[in-house]
Amino acid sequence: MTIKVIRPGLLTSVQDLGRYGMQKDGVIVGGAMDLFAFRLANILVGNQEEKAALEIMMLGPQLEFLENTLIAICGGQLSPSVDGQPIPEWRPVLIKKGGILSFGAMKTGCRAYIAITGGIDVPEVMGSRSTYLRAEMGGFQGRSLQEGDVLLTGSPSKWAIRTLHRLVGNSGSSLVAASKWTISQSVMPIYRNNPVIRVIRGGEFQWFSAKSREQFFKTDFWVTPQSDRMGYRLNGSELKLSEQNELISTAVTAGTVQVPADGNPIVLMADRQTTGGYPKIAQVATIDLPILAQVKPGEIVRFHEIQLEEAQELLRVREWGIQLLKQGVQLKD
Amino acid sequence: MNMNPLGDSAIMIRFDDNITFETHQKVMILAARLQERPFPGMIEFVPAFTTVTIYYNPIHLTYQEAYAALEPMVAELEVSSERTSRIVEIPVCYGGKFGPDLDFVATHNRLTTDEVIQIHSEAEYLVYMIGFAPGFPYLGGMSERIKAPRRSSPQLTIPMGSVGIAAQQTGVYPIETPGGWQLIGRTPEALFRPHESPPSLLHAGDRVRFRPISPEEYHQWKGVTS
Repeated sequence: MTIKVIRPGLLTSVQDLGRYGMQKDGVIVGGAMDLFAFRLANILVGNQEEKAALEIMMLGPQLEFLENTLIAICGGQLSPSVDGQPIPEWRPVLIKKGGILSFGAMKTGCRAYIAITGGIDVPEVMGSRSTYLRAEMGGFQGRSLQEGDVLLTGSPSKWAIRTLHRLVGNSGSSLVAASKWTISQSVMPIYRNNPVIRVIRGGEFQWFSAKSREQFFKTDFWVTPQSDRMGYRLNGSELKLSEQNELISTAVTAGTVQVPADGNPIVLMADRQTTGGYPKIAQVATIDLPILAQVKPGEIVRFHEIQLEEAQELLRVREWGIQLLKQGVQLKD
Repeated sequence: MNMNPLGDSAIMIRFDDNITFETHQKVMILAARLQERPFPGMIEFVPAFTTVTIYYNPIHLTYQEAYAALEPMVAELEVSSERTSRIVEIPVCYGGKFGPDLDFVATHNRLTTDEVIQIHSEAEYLVYMIGFAPGFPYLGGMSERIKAPRRSSPQLTIPMGSVGIAAQQTGVYPIETPGGWQLIGRTPEALFRPHESPPSLLHAGDRVRFRPISPEEYHQWKGVTS
């Protein structure tokens, strides 16, 4: 399949599950910010989960499909449409040759994934196809998409070809047709604006003053405009250590909530550096990273403490749901 | 030594609260063990000054299970063993347009620029960890005689290969990035090689020496390698 970029949108990049195994060399993990939506988008077009897809942010791109193509859009509601006809998210959609996919108003969330059957065909760099913007490598020529770029895709699965043919049969003269089924809400994260985010205590939680520890869980934090794929800079109660204490630089991870000397916490996201030296007050539970990934600047977040065992159990339950769903999708024919 | 969770998908082993050579050796021995014998469910590990962080998949492994897999490996580390480290020589063209802050570092320390170059290039440095940027080495072992404060405001772009000084640290920028270090020279050697495996020239535990080269040698090197 061939896809032409008519307008690139605000920040459209090729992403996948991330780049693992080289953090010890300072190579960031990167990959999709909302891994749940990313994985689901791939599953819904019959792709293996590691295939590359497009991550779009706030203002989506305009893409022309030069052949009949099966796609799925998952994540934030960014009002996708084909030639003026709105199309649903979280299900397989056929876009016929000549169809132009556009996006409109941002209704909920701010990031969505466009998976294309067969996956975006870009070279693997250091074991991943995700775009490493700062090092200008990986993804599509190491950068976000630009006007005139032409994307190629890999071979679709047999399931995808059958689904595509069935939708072509149902589409009549329309340039677009969506499957009648979608996925169960029960497996989905509860995406909402101004969410409460579950965290476990960070390694230096006890370093913070009693007041700051209380404020961290009881007050609102505002997501500032200086928030991006690397990290969310928050503003709210000034979080202070009970005494001056220096941390020796060490590894950090997705969801690390670190607090520099100014007292404003930073939550590390997909494009985080591999190491850091600020005290860590908390760690966002992996289960809630997709929800946080959909929060945009200007929103308010609150943090709620859970225990490590619960955080891991929630992940296992979610994974079980995803695996069931994956089998269910393959049986839809 | 203590072991603690770093979120719900990683575990951090801290050997000490001070940066010492002995702690560094423990970090390197554990890193070598993990490289040779990763446990099922382990994804990767990151050695740092006093810690080793191990990332694992919580779908396959609880924290307690990861802890149990690591505990015996860490326990047997107490037996200190000799490690030989690799020495990597990095050619550097000091001063001029490649090292615009060399004069500042010299004046700040009441030295001549030649003395700064000599002090910087006669020492042997130890790579404690790689972080901040791909392939960026945190080096220990720089002489106090050439230390210099960071720039008051960071530069938006520091060219790839720049060799800098900040306080008593020295390092090399493997990619173009913003930064606030005083730049004393530049290497034509690529520290980050995305198409090679492993992608970083240097690794934690390596020893580094800087060798002064002329601008002609710099350009010749660049011409040969690019």
